[in-house]
Amino acid sequence: MHDVATIAIKGDAKSNSDGVLLINSLHKSFGSNHVLIDFNLKLEGGEQVAVLGKSGSGKSVLIKCIIGLLVPDEGVINVLGHDIESLNSYELDQVRTKVGFLFQSNALYDSMTVRENLEFPLRRHSIKLTPSERYNKVIAVLQNVGLAHTVDMMPAELSGGMRKRIALARTLILEPEIILYDEPTTGLDPITGKEISRLIKTIGEKYNTSALIISHDMECIRMTSDRIIMLIDGKCYAQGTYEELKKSNDEKVKQFFE
Amino acid sequence: MSLPPIWRQFLYETGEISRFTGRFFSQGFKPRYEITELLRQCFIIGYKSLPLIGLTGFIMGLVLTMQIRPSLISYGAESQLPAMVGIAIVREIGPVITALIFAGKIGSSIGAELGSMKVTEQIDAMEVSGTNPFKYLVVTRVMASTLMLPVLVILGNAISLYGSYLGVNIRGVTSFDLFFKQVFDALSFKDFVPAFIKSYFFGFAVGMVGCFKGF
Ligand SMILES: Nc1ncnc2c1ncn2[C@@H]1O[C@H](COP(=O)(O)OP(=O)(O)OP(=O)(O)O)[C@@H](O)[C@H]1O
Ligand SMILES: [Mg+2]
Repeated sequence: MHDVATIAIKGDAKSNSDGVLLINSLHKSFGSNHVLIDFNLKLEGGEQVAVLGKSGSGKSVLIKCIIGLLVPDEGVINVLGHDIESLNSYELDQVRTKVGFLFQSNALYDSMTVRENLEFPLRRHSIKLTPSERYNKVIAVLQNVGLAHTVDMMPAELSGGMRKRIALARTLILEPEIILYDEPTTGLDPITGKEISRLIKTIGEKYNTSALIISHDMECIRMTSDRIIMLIDGKCYAQGTYEELKKSNDEKVKQFFE
Repeated sequence: MSLPPIWRQFLYETGEISRFTGRFFSQGFKPRYEITELLRQCFIIGYKSLPLIGLTGFIMGLVLTMQIRPSLISYGAESQLPAMVGIAIVREIGPVITALIFAGKIGSSIGAELGSMKVTEQIDAMEVSGTNPFKYLVVTRVMASTLMLPVLVILGNAISLYGSYLGVNIRGVTSFDLFFKQVFDALSFKDFVPAFIKSYFFGFAVGMVGCFKGF
């Protein structure tokens, strides 16, 4: 499926059977605030993994390190066979076309229409398309999230849930192999939250993408993920399926399921 | 010996903005050039602030003329009115007032816009979409404000002189041709050039500070 299997990964060549994302002893601190301390993670192709943690536990920092927006203090991050830190900016851009990122605050460009928002990644990554091909692509991803009629609207004219879905459409437009979701359901009502969760699940099945879903919404995690990683005290504290973790006796794990 | 906090803060800020400016010069002139975005910013920054600058310039010329007239009359030097107002506007007041208004309107709007883009992660989103946000957002805005302020100053001066012409004509009659002949006779090229060049620096400073505060 991916070409990762043939590329040796620095530091962890053996366990790279089919991992699309590999994080090895990641450290990140801001001054004296040690956010991530020795975090490890492996994501297999097609797998949907949730990262669960309290607010401020460093979940956003974690995925910003993965996409290269933050530089880790220590540790190796390997995405689709590329060691993120060793890439130059051109190579990093190439990797970023294969990794979708749904931002916590949607990050829609509010000076652009929905259409321009969706075309932005296509234009900027210099993907060769005629204007009509580009437009068709925009409409196609908008149909995926059920919002084709909003194509000429401004983000300010949309509701929070619609904006989230537009942001999701923008993430999908480059047909990524991995999608990083940063709290896809926060700030939405339970019903809309469920819709988004269902959408995430459908996307995973339809395009066979791997996903890292960051959340503290248990319902969303239960619906979307195959496996859960608990990020507590900057470490991968526990992991397992939803059912396994639910039965856990550990105090710190239990409080998420109450 | 340690510096008082306020001094340390001052030096820190100065260092930061110098580094930011250095970054502008080291990245701004290398490809990829964001020409479309630069033109769009020139339009927004130049065109959108024209009404305000025009209005202020007009009032400035008019009021200056009306206020100076009585003093000149008392010296019997009323005929010097166009020359005096012309020199004042072109040499100093025009560039400075235009730049002040420009700073208030454009500088603060750049700061607010980039600041809100930052907290809503739009700048991060640009970066992951294969765009260097510093070039796309900062370089284009700084260049646009550097290029547009001199143009605005020239337009502002012209409108201001027109205001002054109307001011002269409130009491007394002077033809349009005569008024401008008197203005331009009093001015020489070397009155105009330093003021014009100065406005490039004002524009650069406004763009730079606005972007520094927001980015
Ligand atoms: N750019 C930054 N500079 C300094 N500190 C930062 C920065 N980004 C994050 N932090 C710190 O890192 C910690 C983790 O932040 P992060 O945004 O990852 O939390 P989170 O787990 O995503 O929380 P939430 O669920 O509220 O989004 C916080 O204490 C925050 O103050
Ligand atoms: Mg977060």
